Amino acid sequence: MKLKLFTYNVIDTPIHRLSGLTKLICFLLLTFAVMYSYDIRFILAVMVFSFIILRVSKIKFSQIKIMIIYVAIFLVTNFILTFLFSPEYGVEIYGTRHDILKVFGRYNLTLEQLLYQTTKVFKYGSVIPFGIIFLLTTDPSEFAASLNGVGVPYKVAYAVSLTLRYFPDIQRDYQNISQAQQARGLEMSKKAKFMNRFKNALLIIVPLIFSTLERIEYISNAMDLRGFGKLKSRTWYSKKSMSRGDYIAISVSLFVFAVSVLISVFINKSRFFNPFV
Amino acid sequence: MKKKPVIEFIDYSFQYFTQAEPTLHDINLKIYPGEKILIVGPSGSGKSTLGHCINGLIPFAYKGEIKGTLKIKDLIAEEQNIFKLSKIVGTVLQDSDGQFVGLTVGEDIAFALENDNVPTEKIHEIVQKVSVMVGMDNLLNSSPYELSGGQKQRTSLAGVMVDEVDVLLFDEPLANLDPATGKTAIEIIEDIHKKTNKTIIIIEHRLEDVLHRSVDRIIVMNDGRIIADMSPDELVSSSLLFEIGIREPLYITALKYAGVNVHRDMFPSHLDTLKMDTVTEPLQSWYRSIERPEKEETKPAILTVENLNFSYDGKRMILNNVSFNVKEGEMISIVGKNGAGKSTLAKVLCGFEKQDSGSIYYYSEDIEDRSIKERAEIIGFVMQNPNQMISKAMIYDEVALGLRLRNVPEEEIKPRVEKVLEICGLSPFIDWPISALSYGQKKRVTIASILVLEPKIIILDEPTAGQDYYHYTEIMKFLENINKMGVTIIMITHDMHLMLEYTPRAIVLADGKVLADTSASVVLTDPELIEEANLKETSLYFLAEKANIDDRTSFVQSFIDYERELRENNET
Repeated sequence: MKLKLFTYNVIDTPIHRLSGLTKLICFLLLTFAVMYSYDIRFILAVMVFSFIILRVSKIKFSQIKIMIIYVAIFLVTNFILTFLFSPEYGVEIYGTRHDILKVFGRYNLTLEQLLYQTTKVFKYGSVIPFGIIFLLTTDPSEFAASLNGVGVPYKVAYAVSLTLRYFPDIQRDYQNISQAQQARGLEMSKKAKFMNRFKNALLIIVPLIFSTLERIEYISNAMDLRGFGKLKSRTWYSKKSMSRGDYIAISVSLFVFAVSVLISVFINKSRFFNPFV
Repeated sequence: MKKKPVIEFIDYSFQYFTQAEPTLHDINLKIYPGEKILIVGPSGSGKSTLGHCINGLIPFAYKGEIKGTLKIKDLIAEEQNIFKLSKIVGTVLQDSDGQFVGLTVGEDIAFALENDNVPTEKIHEIVQKVSVMVGMDNLLNSSPYELSGGQKQRTSLAGVMVDEVDVLLFDEPLANLDPATGKTAIEIIEDIHKKTNKTIIIIEHRLEDVLHRSVDRIIVMNDGRIIADMSPDELVSSSLLFEIGIREPLYITALKYAGVNVHRDMFPSHLDTLKMDTVTEPLQSWYRSIERPEKEETKPAILTVENLNFSYDGKRMILNNVSFNVKEGEMISIVGKNGAGKSTLAKVLCGFEKQDSGSIYYYSEDIEDRSIKERAEIIGFVMQNPNQMISKAMIYDEVALGLRLRNVPEEEIKPRVEKVLEICGLSPFIDWPISALSYGQKKRVTIASILVLEPKIIILDEPTAGQDYYHYTEIMKFLENINKMGVTIIMITHDMHLMLEYTPRAIVLADGKVLADTSASVVLTDPELIEEANLKETSLYFLAEKANIDDRTSFVQSFIDYERELRENNET
């Protein structure tokens, strides 16, 4: 049985070829650029860019379908809640008021609010593809190497890699234990009462914890015997050295980041693009 | 000896801080460079502890009190640290899955080098070189989930060889491997020994399997002491193995049954070298003298499987048109290599997974619509690792769990639990916490917790995995007794001895199909079946060949019958 946490798929694209460190830096720069700016023109441009990159990295829609659905649900909820909790926030920011329609009570939909909320949706819409690209095109162990590269202690970085290595094993253990306990009469369906379900969960979790502890002792012995933790630093088998592509990618991201800041400082004179004055 | 020993124990004793008694007593042992040593002993004899002393897990990971001296390459072991020792002694642990720390083969092999701060390019160079030695160079990018047990073990071996260690220590290398892979593992070890002339230490209780290739010396341990240090020929001709509960090679057992006086001058440690002049005659007459029992009348089928198909992803068929039946009161084994569909078959039978098509009948009732819980009252399932089943602290509660979940009144539960514990020989422990039990006893608790639901059929996944001969016999006798009480038993196993000795019938699965459904003696003497199911020929087969007995299958069957008869006579 093959279970994978997120399916890093090994194909050769310019994006896959970038080192994990580059991708991490680019991801952070682009995210920050988008999060900083509330200029819908700039954000739409970045969004188009993010979709192009998604294309280049040959990620199939079927791979990310579930993720997209969750994101969509989140965005819609977020949109509604923002309006419910602060319907006047747009007016506050832009300092003008253009009523479009009266909803009920104090809830008036204004053009300003609409612009503010639309901008926000697009902000998420352009950052999330970058996140997906980063997750799906980065070899997890290379990512660990990259984390170590930016100063994260290697024991912490390795824990990331190790979690990915053993997560499927523990998932499989969980499934096996759960099935065996159901055979003994454990009710897992929603029919059971909440308290009973909690008690029943323990019947699976207790053996899972004990067998996982057993596993951990074994792994830590295996790692000790091969010298893990001996020196203050370590090297990485899957570390990629920086190539021309990496420098180009970082330059592009830096450029986007700079544009975001410059537009705010010189053109909009604030983080918000204000078409109302 | 002129050479200096690479490992030297002098009056060495060790006691874990968590134990009341020392685990090792007065060990004196010298191991010389380039030697190939086998350390045997039953569970709890201290052989693993001895291994831990050599690789430094003792005293650096497991604390305890040391008396005497252990020198490794002239260094006092306690004054070093585990990392220094790991540069001298490379350890391959028994669970090749658990010790696979990398996400790919290449990464796993590289692990020790990474920890040594070797530059990345240099690591790739060494990994490439070592992976060629173990034949894994084409699989460097594979993840552990894509590998077979043997490939994982090759990877582990490569992972310790990158360090240019002097000593390679194998801690129960055969424990989790199917017979064919185990055979290959022994061949790889032999190959590495010849190529590199490193000192090899193998800790294992499966003597016959290790002796597939020769070793220089065998150290026998029992109760924390070294009780023998002798050549393989000497050991298999002595009565020592029998006394401490280690299984002797099966062909030796056959020779003894035939009344042959096995002596070291016959070179009995390998079948190839065994001198036959005093063997052939008595063996043939013994074979002729065995009476074959009458076929018992056939009982009705309790479980019938018809054209079962199953697939996880809709593409690869895990079970492909599987049909067979099990008769009331039978004890059968299901064999086949990893990934052949054995575990999946068990899951479908128990209702954990639902078949894509085909039917399962209990007598004449189609059980498709029964839930997991309802099926458990017909077919019980015992997992391989007891720790994955035990969820209560006390034995009584654990066994009662299935009844309590079924809302059986407490006054009815008590007599049922007591009765089951009685059957399982656990009555004296009724008020004990489970943590105080041994592995074998825990296994019994899990069997008891299934038996209490009074299933008509029990499926056991590898019931004897990792058990030495003594505990193996104990568990199997227990299962045989339950079987005699009328419970039908299906075992999923790699263990050929188990097949031969306890299950008259075996179903062989390969790639999701039933390849054979016949007696164990036929399976283990059919080269084609053996090849496809990753089994290996029983040594009895070759013994028959050497003794000019034409019908080898019949010889093997006679051996089984003789042994079963012996066992039954012993019990009465």
